[in-house]
Amino acid sequence: MDKWENNKAWFMVLPVFLIVALSAIIPLMTVVNYSVQDIFGPNQRIFVGTEWFEEVLTDRRLHESLWRQFLFSGLVLVIEIPLGVLVALAMPKRGWRASATLVLLALPLLIPWNVIGTIWIIFTRPDIGLFGAAINNLGLDFDHTAAPLDAWVTVMLMEVWHWTPLVVLLAYAGLQAIPEAYYQAARIDGASAWSVFRYIQLPKMRGVLTIAVLLRFMDSFLIYAEPFVLTGGGPGNSTTFLSIHLVKIAVGQFDLGPAAAFSLIYFLIVLLFSWLFYQALLRVGTGDK
Amino acid sequence: MRMQKRSIGLLIYLGLLLLPIYWMLNMSLRTNANILGEFALFPTDLTLENYIKIFTEEAWYSGYINSIIYVTINTVISLTVALPAAYAFSRYRFLGDKHMFFWLLTNRMAPPAVFLLPFFQLYSTFGLIDTHIAVAISHCLFNVPLAVWILEGFMSGVPREIDEMAYIDGYSYPRFFLTVFVPLIRTGIGVTAFFCFMFSWVELLFARTLTTTDAKPIAATMTRTVSATGLDWGLLAAAGILTIVPGALVIWFVRNYMAKGFALGRV
Repeated sequence: MDKWENNKAWFMVLPVFLIVALSAIIPLMTVVNYSVQDIFGPNQRIFVGTEWFEEVLTDRRLHESLWRQFLFSGLVLVIEIPLGVLVALAMPKRGWRASATLVLLALPLLIPWNVIGTIWIIFTRPDIGLFGAAINNLGLDFDHTAAPLDAWVTVMLMEVWHWTPLVVLLAYAGLQAIPEAYYQAARIDGASAWSVFRYIQLPKMRGVLTIAVLLRFMDSFLIYAEPFVLTGGGPGNSTTFLSIHLVKIAVGQFDLGPAAAFSLIYFLIVLLFSWLFYQALLRVGTGDK
Repeated sequence: MRMQKRSIGLLIYLGLLLLPIYWMLNMSLRTNANILGEFALFPTDLTLENYIKIFTEEAWYSGYINSIIYVTINTVISLTVALPAAYAFSRYRFLGDKHMFFWLLTNRMAPPAVFLLPFFQLYSTFGLIDTHIAVAISHCLFNVPLAVWILEGFMSGVPREIDEMAYIDGYSYPRFFLTVFVPLIRTGIGVTAFFCFMFSWVELLFARTLTTTDAKPIAATMTRTVSATGLDWGLLAAAGILTIVPGALVIWFVRNYMAKGFALGRV
């Protein structure tokens, strides 16, 4: 499908460009500015070049939280995307059941992030929380405030509970956009459920799934409020993800220079991986056709 | 038989999904002492005290009103600017289109804390601190790119022959867009509207930084339940339950757009 060549289309994009550029470019320049200076006061600043970048890049704690972050985002994608697609496939297509499912699915998404962490604190408490009490009744010794593995399991559960509905909603909308005629044709050909999924539903969902993968990658890589409220980054440093580490530097130690350098590196990592995902998902599509 | 297995799986998933929500509802109907004192699968002495407090104290209910105002403004702005842009990206080739498209999404990739100080300075300069419009515009940073991306995906799914046929039939561009094209992608518009609403609704960092009293959002009000005696869990849970309601109404209204799907027969 060749698109129409038309540079006047820029006028349709212009409002979007202006409104986003207004919000994006000024902050970016400020951060670049901070990252190369040492700031003592409003008018006292020294140009330090790449010193902050070197300091940040050789920080062992940063490396640890970076690997932790990759593991976390990797698990998020591996669990949430297939689960979301499965749930979307199982959902009723129309009628009150479809409406009810849609509304129920949306509920976790609508709770402010800091509140989610707070509710899960009680929810997972062994004495007064449903989840904690249930696990302990099963005879498992589970305490997310003491054991790193338990903390990880709890944070992952919370993350999967909170964000899988986003993947479901996107995948479901993608499925709904497939014309009935495609299924009729498949039925006439006697196609199996698997080949309907593989050759009709999956290719048609490519667009929404690309968005789902990118969104889940970006947002889980930048995750802050929920794990911070639930575990405070502990026990030890076991759930200190990248953004929790960043805020510790920026607010806890008030080191604006290193924090700005850190932010830029952080941004570049997310950018690089999102771009790789995007390119890979574009390829997959063209290979299929 | 296979359909039934699917439905059972779906029911189990929904059941698990609702457990934390049920626990929040359970907590919201109990006093703080009761929550911390005992484990109760079903609350024994129900109280509406927490809800009454939220509905009678202005500091609480104004938070909901403020949030609804800026979230609505943001959703309207996002959809209005994103619709034509997404159409341009899905139909035309123009200078820098691919770069521009990906650049949009990069705005969601920086740690949000990075934007706080510059945003505060920027909106102070224009005297917009503590206004709904400031929060609404700042949320465009992450909602407009998302809206463009989702809408572009749905628009690209519509065959271009439909555009060509409409032009041959003598439709003017705006009339074609509003009467033929928009109904075709209403699933996408429904999803986009809900996502814009949702992301703006739960965002706390910008909303809290850019407001003090007049436009203070509910998520920020909820952080104040921490007092000298510790957290008031019951009140927080009640506020949490109430934050779900407006969004649930939004998805109830857009559900038909999402559930009906592709109406190719209409053209």
